[in-house]
Amino acid sequence: MHSFVSVLRRELQIALRRKGDALNVLVFFIVVASLFPFGVGPEANQLRAMAAGVAWIAALLAAVLSLPRLFAADHADGTLEQMLVAPQPLALVVLAKITGHWLLTGLPLALAAPLIGLQYGLPADALGLLIVSLLIGTPVLSFLGAAGAALTLGVRGGGALLALLILPLFVPVLVFGAGAVTAGLTGINPSAHLSLLGAILAVSSLIGPWAACAALRVALD
Amino acid sequence: MLETSALACERGGLRLFSDVNLTLAPGGLLRVRGANGSGKTTLLRTLAGLTRPAAGEVRWRGNPIGDDYRREMLFLGHAAAVKDELTVLENLEFSSRFSCLEISESKIKSALESLGIARLADLPARYLSQGQRKRAALARLALSAGVPLWLLDEPFAALDDEGIAQLRKICAAHLAGGGMLVLTSHQDVEIACAAAWSVELRG
Repeated sequence: MHSFVSVLRRELQIALRRKGDALNVLVFFIVVASLFPFGVGPEANQLRAMAAGVAWIAALLAAVLSLPRLFAADHADGTLEQMLVAPQPLALVVLAKITGHWLLTGLPLALAAPLIGLQYGLPADALGLLIVSLLIGTPVLSFLGAAGAALTLGVRGGGALLALLILPLFVPVLVFGAGAVTAGLTGINPSAHLSLLGAILAVSSLIGPWAACAALRVALD
Repeated sequence: MLETSALACERGGLRLFSDVNLTLAPGGLLRVRGANGSGKTTLLRTLAGLTRPAAGEVRWRGNPIGDDYRREMLFLGHAAAVKDELTVLENLEFSSRFSCLEISESKIKSALESLGIARLADLPARYLSQGQRKRAALARLALSAGVPLWLLDEPFAALDDEGIAQLRKICAAHLAGGGMLVLTSHQDVEIACAAAWSVELRG
């Protein structure tokens, strides 16, 4: 446990001194989501109908933008090597890094969602659903993304490969995340969507760290 | 006691060395020599458990290396594992806490002192020169006297004469206290010890 706390603390400490990284992802999310109305025109009903999908796609792209850095810096400066030879279980270290990634990228996206809701004229209850779906769904992006980031570690052009590898895996999150909001808008009970999103989170929280650990050991062999 | 039996390693399908049999007892120093690309770093990484050998095995106290081994081994590779964003002191605090060493700030300060970088303690590591960065990484050694086995990859690289002298002193004290040391080095730096071996890797 104590290695989890010390790695997480260090992640946040570093992020605090490099505010640009986390801020870039957040601004990217807002800018991408803001581009759509320019493309499709200002028709209010149309915008309201596509708001959730746009917000979720922007969140996926923002996650893909942030993921290559998850292990790359630690790999380059030798920290990752030290984490593998340390007596601490690697899974705890990876879990701490994933938690840090979500706190610095996923959580801010969920908190910035009202800004997008406002632009698209989402009613309050649908906006609430968007925030809840982002809060449940963005950790999945961090869990699965960590496995993708570890698999593409040290590969030239790894960023593009990571996007190709990981975006298809994000599809279920997109379907149920955006689906929950759309269901709410059309008066259907969204709890089925949210439950399925929760189930995806549970499964990815087991698979993601395990796959990331295995991939890291191979990358550093 | 560290032993290898019939150890062989490959990189990218190329056999680097085979049939390496080593035994290192407490107080012993082992130098790994060889030309560029002969597999010094690979041998060290294999001893650290990072690289899997193509054949043979590494044993620690008679058992195949595992979790217990990692608690009794310190590996310092080429990369310093020093984070640019953190100060020298914070870097050392993290690495010692992470290696399960309970260490006070005054102890870390004296470790920095022993490598002549005490005045850099509160400087973010990105302002360090190559040699200073190396010293910051090596300061962990001064805190790890209780860790029996040290595996050091090119510890003398990038250090000036003063730094080499300080590192020699730390290594000699470790060996005198019954520790074990394996190092790769191009320079022939003398380290006082009871028993020294060297292994020469040839293709």
